[in-house]
Amino acid sequence: MRINLTINGERRDADDVWEGESLLYALRERLGLPGSKNACEQGECGSCTVYLDGTPVCSCLVAAGQADGREVTTVEGLGQGEDLHPVQKAFVERGAVQCGFCTPGLIVSTHDLLQRNPRPSDPEIREALAGNLCRCTGYEKIMDAVRDAAERAE
Amino acid sequence: MDFLAPTTWADALAAKAEQPDAVALAGGTDVMVEINFDHRRPPALLDLTRVPELREWGTDTDGRIRLGSGVTYTRVIDELGDRLPGLAMAARTVGSPQIRNRGTVGGNLGAASPAGDSHPPLLAADAEIEVASVRGVRRIPAAEFYTGVKRNALAPDELIAAVLIAPASGPQQFCKIGTRNAMVIAVSAFGLALHPQRRVVGTGIGSAAPTPRRADAAAEFLAGELAAAGLWESRDALPEGLAVEFGRKVRDAAAPIDDVRGSAAYRLHSLSVMARRAASWAWDDYRKVA
Repeated sequence: MRINLTINGERRDADDVWEGESLLYALRERLGLPGSKNACEQGECGSCTVYLDGTPVCSCLVAAGQADGREVTTVEGLGQGEDLHPVQKAFVERGAVQCGFCTPGLIVSTHDLLQRNPRPSDPEIREALAGNLCRCTGYEKIMDAVRDAAERAE
Repeated sequence: MDFLAPTTWADALAAKAEQPDAVALAGGTDVMVEINFDHRRPPALLDLTRVPELREWGTDTDGRIRLGSGVTYTRVIDELGDRLPGLAMAARTVGSPQIRNRGTVGGNLGAASPAGDSHPPLLAADAEIEVASVRGVRRIPAAEFYTGVKRNALAPDELIAAVLIAPASGPQQFCKIGTRNAMVIAVSAFGLALHPQRRVVGTGIGSAAPTPRRADAAAEFLAGELAAAGLWESRDALPEGLAVEFGRKVRDAAAPIDDVRGSAAYRLHSLSVMARRAASWAWDDYRKVA
Protein backbone atom coordinates (compact mmCIF):
# COMPACT_ATOMS: atom_id res chain seq x y z
CA MET A 1 0.00 0.00 0.00
CA ARG A 2 0.99 3.64 -0.30
CA ILE A 3 1.19 6.00 2.64
CA ASN A 4 1.42 9.76 2.54
CA LEU A 5 2.55 11.67 5.60
CA THR A 6 4.25 14.86 6.71
CA ILE A 7 7.75 14.17 8.01
CA ASN A 8 9.79 16.98 9.50
CA GLY A 9 7.48 19.46 7.78
CA GLU A 10 7.70 17.91 4.34
CA ARG A 11 5.00 15.91 2.54
CA ARG A 12 6.36 12.45 1.69
CA ASP A 13 5.02 9.30 0.02
CA ALA A 14 6.15 5.76 0.61
CA ASP A 15 5.17 3.01 -1.81
CA ASP A 16 4.98 -0.77 -1.46
CA VAL A 17 4.52 -0.48 2.29
CA TRP A 18 3.65 -3.89 3.75
CA GLU A 19 0.46 -3.77 5.82
CA GLY A 20 2.15 -5.16 8.95
CA GLU A 21 5.17 -2.89 8.65
CA SER A 22 6.15 -0.49 11.41
CA LEU A 23 6.54 3.25 10.99
CA LEU A 24 10.15 2.73 12.08
CA TYR A 25 10.83 0.39 9.16
CA ALA A 26 9.19 2.78 6.72
CA LEU A 27 11.24 5.71 8.03
CA ARG A 28 14.54 3.86 7.86
CA GLU A 29 14.16 1.65 4.80
CA ARG A 30 11.75 3.55 2.55
CA LEU A 31 12.09 7.21 3.46
CA GLY A 32 15.86 7.56 3.93
CA LEU A 33 15.63 8.62 7.58
CA PRO A 34 17.91 6.27 9.55
CA GLY A 35 18.20 8.57 12.59
CA SER A 36 15.55 6.64 14.51
CA LYS A 37 17.26 3.42 15.56
CA ASN A 38 15.99 -0.14 15.41
CA ALA A 39 17.04 -2.01 18.52
CA CYS A 40 14.40 -3.98 20.42
CA GLU A 41 11.34 -3.76 18.14
CA GLN A 42 9.10 -4.18 21.19
CA GLY A 43 8.88 -0.72 22.74
CA GLU A 44 11.31 -1.51 25.55
CA CYS A 45 14.32 0.60 24.56
CA GLY A 46 13.01 3.88 23.14
CA SER A 47 15.73 4.11 20.45
CA CYS A 48 13.06 4.64 17.81
CA THR A 49 11.20 7.44 19.61
CA VAL A 50 9.61 9.99 17.26
CA TYR A 51 6.82 12.52 17.56
CA LEU A 52 3.54 11.36 16.02
CA ASP A 53 1.14 14.32 15.81
CA GLY A 54 3.23 15.98 18.50
CA THR A 55 3.28 13.03 20.92
CA PRO A 56 6.43 10.97 21.58
CA VAL A 57 5.89 7.32 20.64
CA CYS A 58 7.95 4.25 19.84
CA SER A 59 7.83 4.17 16.04
CA CYS A 60 8.41 0.40 16.10
CA LEU A 61 4.95 -0.02 17.64
CA VAL A 62 3.11 2.24 15.18
CA ALA A 63 1.91 0.49 12.04
CA ALA A 64 3.05 2.51 9.04
CA GLY A 65 -0.56 2.65 7.88
CA GLN A 66 -1.56 4.28 11.17
CA ALA A 67 0.80 7.17 10.33
CA ASP A 68 -0.85 7.79 6.94
CA GLY A 69 -1.94 11.43 6.82
CA ARG A 70 -0.28 12.18 10.15
CA GLU A 71 2.62 14.42 11.11
CA VAL A 72 5.88 12.80 12.15
CA THR A 73 8.95 14.55 13.54
CA THR A 74 12.13 12.50 13.80
CA VAL A 75 15.46 13.36 15.38
CA GLU A 76 16.52 14.61 11.93
CA GLY A 77 13.84 17.30 12.16
CA LEU A 78 14.89 18.88 15.45
CA GLY A 79 17.96 20.83 14.27
CA GLN A 80 18.28 23.14 11.26
CA GLY A 81 20.71 21.36 8.91
CA GLU A 82 24.16 21.58 10.46
CA ASP A 83 22.82 23.81 13.22
CA LEU A 84 22.09 21.41 16.05
CA HIS A 85 19.22 21.86 18.48
CA PRO A 86 20.34 22.91 22.00
CA VAL A 87 19.41 19.45 23.31
CA GLN A 88 21.68 17.87 20.70
CA LYS A 89 24.49 20.30 21.49
CA ALA A 90 24.21 19.52 25.19
CA PHE A 91 24.43 15.76 24.54
CA VAL A 92 27.56 16.24 22.39
CA GLU A 93 29.31 18.63 24.74
CA ARG A 94 28.47 16.73 27.94
CA GLY A 95 29.77 13.41 26.58
CA ALA A 96 26.31 11.89 26.76
CA VAL A 97 26.97 9.96 23.55
CA GLN A 98 28.94 6.73 23.76
CA CYS A 99 28.01 4.12 21.12
CA GLY A 100 25.26 6.53 20.05
CA PHE A 101 22.56 3.97 19.45
CA CYS A 102 20.18 5.20 22.15
CA THR A 103 20.97 8.87 21.50
CA PRO A 104 18.30 9.76 18.91
CA GLY A 105 15.54 8.42 21.15
CA LEU A 106 16.95 10.18 24.19
CA ILE A 107 17.18 13.44 22.23
CA VAL A 108 13.52 13.25 21.22
CA SER A 109 12.39 12.29 24.74
CA THR A 110 14.47 15.10 26.28
CA HIS A 111 13.13 17.57 23.69
CA ASP A 112 9.60 16.62 24.68
CA LEU A 113 10.35 16.80 28.42
CA LEU A 114 11.80 20.31 28.18
CA GLN A 115 8.86 21.53 26.12
CA ARG A 116 6.46 20.37 28.84
CA ASN A 117 8.68 21.14 31.82
CA PRO A 118 11.54 23.62 31.17
CA ARG A 119 13.14 23.11 34.62
CA PRO A 120 12.71 19.43 35.49
CA SER A 121 13.95 17.99 38.78
CA ASP A 122 16.21 14.95 38.66
CA PRO A 123 13.36 12.55 39.51
CA GLU A 124 11.29 14.16 36.75
CA ILE A 125 14.13 13.66 34.26
CA ARG A 126 14.50 10.02 35.27
CA GLU A 127 10.77 9.44 34.94
CA ALA A 128 10.61 11.15 31.53
CA LEU A 129 13.53 9.08 30.22
CA ALA A 130 12.39 5.80 31.82
CA GLY A 131 11.47 4.43 28.40
CA ASN A 132 14.93 5.02 26.89
CA LEU A 133 17.66 2.50 27.64
CA CYS A 134 21.41 3.21 27.31
CA ARG A 135 23.25 -0.12 27.35
CA CYS A 136 26.59 1.68 27.63
CA THR A 137 25.07 2.74 30.96
CA GLY A 138 26.01 6.36 30.32
CA TYR A 139 23.18 7.69 32.42
CA GLU A 140 25.18 10.13 34.55
CA LYS A 141 26.36 12.01 31.45
CA ILE A 142 22.86 11.84 30.03
CA MET A 143 21.50 13.43 33.22
CA ASP A 144 24.20 16.11 32.93
CA ALA A 145 23.20 16.78 29.33
CA VAL A 146 19.51 17.14 30.15
CA ARG A 147 20.25 19.57 33.02
CA ASP A 148 22.58 21.48 30.70
CA ALA A 149 19.98 21.60 27.91
CA ALA A 150 17.41 22.97 30.38
CA GLU A 151 19.84 25.74 31.38
CA ARG A 152 20.68 26.56 27.75
CA ALA A 153 17.00 27.06 27.00
CA GLU A 154 16.65 29.75 29.66
CA MET B 1 -2.49 -8.87 4.74
CA ASP B 2 -5.22 -6.25 4.59
CA PHE B 3 -5.01 -2.94 6.40
CA LEU B 4 -8.47 -1.70 7.28
CA ALA B 5 -8.69 1.89 8.50
CA PRO B 6 -12.35 2.77 9.14
CA THR B 7 -13.10 6.35 10.16
CA THR B 8 -16.49 5.67 11.75
CA TRP B 9 -17.62 3.18 14.39
CA ALA B 10 -20.29 1.82 12.02
CA ASP B 11 -17.64 1.14 9.39
CA ALA B 12 -15.38 -0.50 11.99
CA LEU B 13 -18.16 -2.85 13.08
CA ALA B 14 -19.03 -3.63 9.45
CA ALA B 15 -15.37 -4.39 8.71
CA LYS B 16 -15.12 -6.71 11.73
CA ALA B 17 -18.34 -8.48 10.68
CA GLU B 18 -16.98 -9.00 7.19
CA GLN B 19 -13.53 -10.13 8.39
CA PRO B 20 -13.89 -11.59 11.88
CA ASP B 21 -10.26 -12.74 11.82
CA ALA B 22 -9.03 -9.15 11.43
CA VAL B 23 -7.02 -8.14 14.50
CA ALA B 24 -8.05 -4.87 16.12
CA LEU B 25 -5.14 -2.46 16.42
CA ALA B 26 -5.03 0.59 18.70
CA GLY B 27 -1.76 1.65 20.36
CA GLY B 28 0.10 -1.33 18.93
CA THR B 29 1.97 -1.98 22.17
CA ASP B 30 0.99 -5.67 22.09
CA VAL B 31 -0.10 -6.38 18.51
CA MET B 32 2.87 -4.74 16.78
CA VAL B 33 5.33 -6.61 19.01
CA GLU B 34 3.79 -9.88 17.89
CA ILE B 35 3.99 -8.84 14.24
CA ASN B 36 7.55 -7.49 14.52
CA PHE B 37 8.67 -10.81 16.00
CA ASP B 38 6.80 -12.94 13.47
CA HIS B 39 4.67 -14.44 16.22
CA ARG B 40 1.50 -13.44 14.47
CA ARG B 41 0.47 -12.94 10.85
CA PRO B 42 -3.19 -11.95 10.95
CA PRO B 43 -4.98 -11.84 7.60
CA ALA B 44 -5.96 -8.26 8.34
CA LEU B 45 -5.24 -5.42 10.75
CA LEU B 46 -8.21 -3.29 11.78
CA ASP B 47 -6.83 0.12 12.78
CA LEU B 48 -9.20 1.77 15.26
CA THR B 49 -7.21 4.97 15.81
CA ARG B 50 -9.26 6.91 13.24
CA VAL B 51 -12.62 6.30 14.95
CA PRO B 52 -13.17 9.54 16.90
CA GLU B 53 -15.68 8.34 19.51
CA LEU B 54 -13.28 5.65 20.79
CA ARG B 55 -10.90 8.40 21.89
CA GLU B 56 -13.54 10.21 23.95
CA TRP B 57 -14.75 9.84 27.50
CA GLY B 58 -17.73 11.35 29.23
CA THR B 59 -20.37 10.80 31.88
CA ASP B 60 -23.09 8.27 31.07
CA THR B 61 -26.75 8.84 31.91
CA ASP B 62 -26.38 6.74 35.10
CA GLY B 63 -23.47 8.90 36.34
CA ARG B 64 -20.75 6.42 35.43
CA ILE B 65 -17.70 7.41 33.44
CA ARG B 66 -17.88 6.04 29.90
CA LEU B 67 -14.26 5.63 28.86
CA GLY B 68 -13.82 5.08 25.13
CA SER B 69 -11.67 2.04 24.43
CA GLY B 70 -9.10 4.16 22.58
CA VAL B 71 -8.36 6.61 25.40
CA THR B 72 -4.64 6.36 26.20
CA TYR B 73 -3.12 5.74 29.63
CA THR B 74 -1.56 9.22 29.52
CA ARG B 75 -5.01 10.76 29.23
CA VAL B 76 -6.46 8.54 31.97
CA ILE B 77 -3.70 9.87 34.25
CA ASP B 78 -4.04 13.52 33.19
CA GLU B 79 -7.81 13.76 32.87
CA LEU B 80 -9.34 11.13 35.17
CA GLY B 81 -6.94 10.81 38.10
CA ASP B 82 -9.49 12.38 40.46
CA ARG B 83 -12.54 10.37 39.41
CA LEU B 84 -10.88 7.02 38.64
CA PRO B 85 -7.91 7.01 41.04
CA GLY B 86 -7.37 3.23 41.03
CA LEU B 87 -7.25 3.01 37.25
CA ALA B 88 -5.02 6.11 37.09
CA MET B 89 -2.61 4.61 39.63
CA ALA B 90 -2.39 1.47 37.51
CA ALA B 91 -1.96 3.56 34.35
CA ARG B 92 1.04 5.32 35.89
CA THR B 93 2.79 1.94 36.22
CA VAL B 94 2.30 1.01 32.56
CA GLY B 95 5.49 0.82 30.48
CA SER B 96 7.10 4.20 29.86
CA PRO B 97 5.92 7.63 28.72
CA GLN B 98 6.04 6.48 25.08
CA ILE B 99 3.98 3.37 25.86
CA ARG B 100 1.45 5.31 27.96
CA ASN B 101 1.08 7.79 25.07
CA ARG B 102 -0.12 4.96 22.80
CA GLY B 103 -1.44 2.14 24.96
CA THR B 104 -5.16 2.07 25.74
CA VAL B 105 -7.43 0.44 28.30
CA GLY B 106 -9.37 -1.10 25.40
CA GLY B 107 -6.17 -2.65 24.09
CA ASN B 108 -5.41 -4.08 27.52
CA LEU B 109 -8.87 -5.68 27.52
CA GLY B 110 -8.46 -6.96 23.97
CA ALA B 111 -5.14 -8.61 24.82
CA ALA B 112 -6.64 -9.93 28.10
CA SER B 113 -3.24 -10.81 29.52
CA PRO B 114 -3.45 -11.95 33.13
CA ALA B 115 -0.70 -9.35 33.76
CA GLY B 116 -2.52 -6.39 32.20
CA ASP B 117 -2.35 -3.43 34.58
CA SER B 118 -5.89 -2.15 33.92
CA HIS B 119 -7.62 -5.31 35.05
CA PRO B 120 -7.26 -5.21 38.88
CA PRO B 121 -8.72 -1.68 39.19
CA LEU B 122 -11.52 -2.48 36.72
CA LEU B 123 -12.43 -5.57 38.78
CA ALA B 124 -12.22 -3.67 42.06
CA ALA B 125 -14.47 -0.90 40.74
CA ASP B 126 -17.10 -3.31 39.31
CA ALA B 127 -16.53 -1.91 35.81
CA GLU B 128 -18.49 -3.09 32.82
CA ILE B 129 -17.07 -3.57 29.34
CA GLU B 130 -19.27 -2.35 26.48
CA VAL B 131 -18.77 -4.41 23.35
CA ALA B 132 -20.51 -4.03 20.03
CA SER B 133 -21.04 -5.69 16.68
CA VAL B 134 -23.39 -5.15 13.76
CA ARG B 135 -25.76 -7.39 15.77
CA GLY B 136 -25.95 -4.97 18.67
CA VAL B 137 -24.40 -3.77 21.90
CA ARG B 138 -23.89 -5.66 25.17
CA ARG B 139 -22.28 -4.86 28.49
CA ILE B 140 -20.14 -7.48 30.24
CA PRO B 141 -19.12 -7.19 33.92
CA ALA B 142 -15.32 -7.16 34.19
CA ALA B 143 -15.47 -10.26 36.39
CA GLU B 144 -17.04 -12.17 33.47
CA PHE B 145 -14.90 -10.65 30.72
CA TYR B 146 -11.66 -12.62 31.23
CA THR B 147 -12.24 -16.22 30.16
CA GLY B 148 -8.74 -17.71 29.97
CA VAL B 149 -5.08 -16.87 29.46
CA LYS B 150 -5.18 -14.06 26.90
CA ARG B 151 -8.83 -14.89 26.18
CA ASN B 152 -11.88 -12.72 26.65
CA ALA B 153 -15.61 -12.88 26.20
CA LEU B 154 -15.64 -11.14 22.79
CA ALA B 155 -17.41 -12.89 19.92
CA PRO B 156 -15.37 -12.96 16.69
CA ASP B 157 -17.38 -10.11 15.17
CA GLU B 158 -17.30 -7.88 18.26
CA LEU B 159 -15.13 -4.89 19.15
CA ILE B 160 -14.62 -3.18 22.50
CA ALA B 161 -16.39 0.18 22.51
CA ALA B 162 -15.91 1.49 26.04
CA VAL B 163 -15.52 0.78 29.71
CA LEU B 164 -18.15 1.97 32.20
CA ILE B 165 -16.83 2.76 35.68
CA ALA B 166 -18.48 4.54 38.56
CA PRO B 167 -16.46 7.52 39.80
CA ALA B 168 -14.71 6.56 43.02
CA SER B 169 -17.00 6.88 46.06
CA GLY B 170 -14.16 5.98 48.44
CA PRO B 171 -10.39 5.41 48.55
CA GLN B 172 -8.75 3.21 45.93
CA GLN B 173 -5.30 1.65 45.79
CA PHE B 174 -3.18 -0.21 43.27
CA CYS B 175 0.04 -2.11 44.02
CA LYS B 176 2.35 -3.85 41.57
CA ILE B 177 5.53 -5.86 41.99
CA GLY B 178 8.23 -5.70 39.33
CA THR B 179 11.97 -5.51 38.88
CA ARG B 180 12.13 -1.75 38.32
CA ASN B 181 9.68 1.15 38.19
CA ALA B 182 9.47 1.46 34.41
CA MET B 183 8.80 -1.03 31.63
CA VAL B 184 7.64 -3.71 34.01
CA ILE B 185 5.22 -6.51 33.30
CA ALA B 186 3.71 -7.22 36.69
CA VAL B 187 5.08 -10.14 38.68
CA SER B 188 1.92 -9.71 40.72
CA ALA B 189 -0.53 -6.87 41.19
CA PHE B 190 -3.46 -5.98 43.40
CA GLY B 191 -6.24 -3.41 43.15
CA LEU B 192 -8.53 -2.36 45.98
CA ALA B 193 -11.57 -0.07 46.11
CA LEU B 194 -13.62 0.85 49.16
CA HIS B 195 -17.27 1.55 48.37
CA PRO B 196 -18.41 3.14 51.66
CA GLN B 197 -21.96 3.98 50.54
CA ARG B 198 -22.64 0.33 49.74
CA ARG B 199 -20.43 -0.89 52.63
CA VAL B 200 -18.62 -3.04 50.04
CA VAL B 201 -14.95 -3.75 49.31
CA GLY B 202 -13.79 -4.37 45.73
CA THR B 203 -10.68 -6.35 44.82
CA GLY B 204 -8.70 -7.34 41.75
CA ILE B 205 -5.74 -9.72 41.48
CA GLY B 206 -3.31 -9.43 38.55
CA SER B 207 -0.64 -11.81 37.28
CA ALA B 208 -1.36 -14.51 39.84
CA ALA B 209 -3.96 -16.71 38.12
CA PRO B 210 -4.81 -17.75 34.52
CA THR B 211 -6.99 -14.63 34.33
CA PRO B 212 -7.31 -11.43 36.30
CA ARG B 213 -9.77 -12.25 39.08
CA ARG B 214 -11.42 -10.88 42.17
CA ALA B 215 -10.84 -12.09 45.71
CA ASP B 216 -14.51 -12.20 46.69
CA ALA B 217 -14.15 -14.14 49.95
CA ALA B 218 -11.45 -11.73 51.14
CA ALA B 219 -13.54 -8.71 50.13
CA GLU B 220 -16.64 -10.02 51.91
CA PHE B 221 -14.57 -10.84 54.99
CA LEU B 222 -13.12 -7.32 55.21
CA ALA B 223 -16.44 -5.58 54.53
CA GLY B 224 -18.16 -7.82 57.08
CA GLU B 225 -15.58 -7.16 59.79
CA LEU B 226 -15.77 -3.42 59.15
CA ALA B 227 -19.56 -3.54 59.42
CA ALA B 228 -19.60 -5.76 62.53
CA ALA B 229 -17.32 -3.33 64.38
CA GLY B 230 -19.21 -0.28 63.16
CA LEU B 231 -16.06 1.03 61.55
CA TRP B 232 -17.68 2.32 58.35
CA GLU B 233 -19.49 4.83 60.61
CA SER B 234 -16.89 5.44 63.35
CA ARG B 235 -13.88 5.53 61.00
CA ASP B 236 -11.79 4.22 63.86
CA ALA B 237 -8.45 2.50 63.26
CA LEU B 238 -8.45 -1.03 61.86
CA PRO B 239 -8.30 -3.69 64.59
CA GLU B 240 -4.90 -5.33 64.87
CA GLY B 241 -4.52 -8.25 62.51
CA LEU B 242 -7.50 -7.41 60.28
CA ALA B 243 -5.42 -6.21 57.33
CA VAL B 244 -3.07 -9.17 57.75
CA GLU B 245 -5.95 -11.61 57.66
CA PHE B 246 -7.38 -9.82 54.61
CA GLY B 247 -3.99 -10.26 52.93
CA ARG B 248 -4.03 -14.00 53.68
CA LYS B 249 -7.48 -14.36 52.21
CA VAL B 250 -6.48 -12.46 49.06
CA ARG B 251 -3.52 -14.79 48.74
CA ASP B 252 -5.86 -17.77 49.04
CA ALA B 253 -7.87 -16.50 46.07
CA ALA B 254 -4.85 -16.64 43.73
CA ALA B 255 -3.66 -19.56 41.63
CA PRO B 256 -0.26 -18.51 40.26
CA ILE B 257 2.38 -20.43 38.33
CA ASP B 258 6.18 -20.34 38.27
CA ASP B 259 7.43 -18.53 35.18
CA VAL B 260 10.32 -16.34 33.98
CA ARG B 261 9.08 -13.31 35.92
CA GLY B 262 8.68 -14.97 39.30
CA SER B 263 7.78 -18.05 41.29
CA ALA B 264 4.30 -18.99 42.39
CA ALA B 265 5.45 -18.83 46.01
CA TYR B 266 6.72 -15.26 45.59
CA ARG B 267 3.53 -14.23 43.86
CA LEU B 268 1.46 -15.59 46.75
CA HIS B 269 3.61 -13.92 49.38
CA SER B 270 3.76 -10.59 47.56
CA LEU B 271 -0.01 -10.61 47.07
CA SER B 272 -0.63 -11.04 50.78
CA VAL B 273 1.75 -8.14 51.52
CA MET B 274 0.25 -5.87 48.83
CA ALA B 275 -3.30 -6.60 49.95
CA ARG B 276 -2.43 -5.86 53.58
CA ARG B 277 -0.76 -2.57 52.60
CA ALA B 278 -3.52 -1.57 50.18
CA ALA B 279 -6.17 -2.13 52.85
CA SER B 280 -4.18 -0.16 55.44
CA TRP B 281 -3.50 2.73 53.07
CA ALA B 282 -7.08 2.87 51.82
CA TRP B 283 -8.45 2.80 55.35
CA ASP B 284 -6.06 5.59 56.39
CA ASP B 285 -7.40 7.63 53.47
CA TYR B 286 -10.97 6.87 54.51
CA ARG B 287 -10.27 8.04 58.07
CA LYS B 288 -8.70 11.30 56.83
CA VAL B 289 -11.88 12.27 55.00
CA ALA B 290 -13.86 12.31 58.26
